[in-house]
Amino acid sequence: MKLSVVVGIVMLAAIPIAGQQPSTYKAPRTPDGQPDLQGFWTNSTYTPLERPDGVTKEFYTPEELAEVEKRAAARESEQTEPGTVADVHYDFSQFGLDNSQATLARSLRTSLIVDPPTGKMPPVTPEGRKRAADLAAARKALGNVNDAVQNMSNGGRCIIMGGSGPPLMDAGYNANYHIVQAPGYVMILTEMIHDARIIPLDGRPQPPSGLRQWMGVSRGRWEGETLVVETTNFNGRNPFRGSSENLKVIERFTRLADDAIQYRFTVEDPSTWEIPWTAEERLQHTEGPIFEHACHEGNYGIANTLAGARLEEKKAAEEAAAGGAK
Amino acid sequence: MTATLTAAALAVVIGQSATYRAPRTADGKPDLNGVWQALNTAHWDIEAHAAAPGAVPQLGASGAIPGGLGVVDGELPYKPEALAKKKENFANRLALDPEMRCYLPGVPRATYMPYPFQIIQSQKHIMLVHEFAGAVRTIYMDNHVDPPADSWMGWSNGRWEGESLVVDTRGFNDKTWFDRAGNFHSEALHVIERFTPRSPETLTYEVTIEDPNVFTRPWKMSMPLYRRVEKNAQLAEFRCVEYGEELVYGHLRKQSGK
Repeated sequence: MKLSVVVGIVMLAAIPIAGQQPSTYKAPRTPDGQPDLQGFWTNSTYTPLERPDGVTKEFYTPEELAEVEKRAAARESEQTEPGTVADVHYDFSQFGLDNSQATLARSLRTSLIVDPPTGKMPPVTPEGRKRAADLAAARKALGNVNDAVQNMSNGGRCIIMGGSGPPLMDAGYNANYHIVQAPGYVMILTEMIHDARIIPLDGRPQPPSGLRQWMGVSRGRWEGETLVVETTNFNGRNPFRGSSENLKVIERFTRLADDAIQYRFTVEDPSTWEIPWTAEERLQHTEGPIFEHACHEGNYGIANTLAGARLEEKKAAEEAAAGGAK
Repeated sequence: MTATLTAAALAVVIGQSATYRAPRTADGKPDLNGVWQALNTAHWDIEAHAAAPGAVPQLGASGAIPGGLGVVDGELPYKPEALAKKKENFANRLALDPEMRCYLPGVPRATYMPYPFQIIQSQKHIMLVHEFAGAVRTIYMDNHVDPPADSWMGWSNGRWEGESLVVDTRGFNDKTWFDRAGNFHSEALHVIERFTPRSPETLTYEVTIEDPNVFTRPWKMSMPLYRRVEKNAQLAEFRCVEYGEELVYGHLRKQSGK
């Protein structure tokens, strides 16, 4: 762990500032003439979506970023120390699940959000607040989280993870993507739960609103060097920061260099936020391949958690019965 | 006699047209891009089979098994003990068939399930993306290596042989089946697939199966795959985990009143 921090500091001199506009770089072309975005990429980052309280500027200095990364790596290290709560689940350092051991998409930005200029999400509408409250109440009415698998989180159940997108977000680990292009199509495979999003580029319209999906339905087009992808038809069951099924995500992929793609996304959802907002990430080239993430198939955690909860209930009932008999 | 007829019927149906030359991609390879789907009863049973009632009587005729010629050449060459296990699998299919639980379907089963799949063909990587369970295969066209670990969908190395994409897949676990009839394999499974364009809208899909733990010799299956020609054809999301959860975890649900 300490070694990783040292290596990180040595590399500071070369930190690219995500946010710089694509300059003269022109992406290589696929055989059919598309700008070539293919390969393995990661958006693993310590940069938070929203600007931390107390930070007022858009960019850190390299020295400040070094300090931020050092503290973040130390937090990851702490949670693997014996005696802490988090170490029960995984040893992050052993399985390479900590960001400091992975390829980092590094940026001097203090937040991924670039608009509003405050670096914070815009105010939530009254409708959005009511929906969040209704969801929380409905969730509570289901009972304890360990009563049944249906009460558990989407991610825990291996239905979908936060990073599958759109928009593509670092889900905490395995923040890796494989982009493959064919004539008329771009495919983005997210490592987590092997989620492949196939984006047609032929200008076809969005399907009728009857077809709603966890990841929505994406349509793409090239605007010069930039791949623009619009996604609607979400089912609203994997809300992005509280979004509704009316969410519309507009993504822009622009190759910045041989080893980097600028990734900007704008989120529109008048049912949730008063105004649209925009964030920017760097997709950093990383080494492949991506291995099969058979999440549901290997989900022993849920069976063990539920079995443990039933056992505890049984013990509690037996103890209550024994107490009553005395 | 039945086996002979089946093989003959297959040969007629598939009718390898050696003269067909597929359109080329910009880099000069046969263009396999598209949304494809099998149209047969192999997902019920890859062997010839008569119509039969389904495993869930409540589903009536909609859950019954339609008869079919099968897609294999004759009877599968099971070792005796393996044949017994196949029969046991079928008898207990509601509890054992990995499809019921929405597990990754394995190879070649994924290809002929009653769902479409899409080929995304690039130079270094050809992706097979399946609607069922969102199963994904990456076919490595260069940098061939041995499987780094066992997996559900295997590790696929591909190459072009004339008009055919030939895919060599190993590194399987022993948890997937070939169909709903309980036909199965071990982790020694080795699958060689040939995808050959036979017309603008069809491919010939030929598979050689080797698994010395389960079968006495290699065997083959063959079927056409059809292009989904709808102008707006696309895979729909079939994120089936939540449909299989009750089978996997239902017995661990908290009982009311306890």
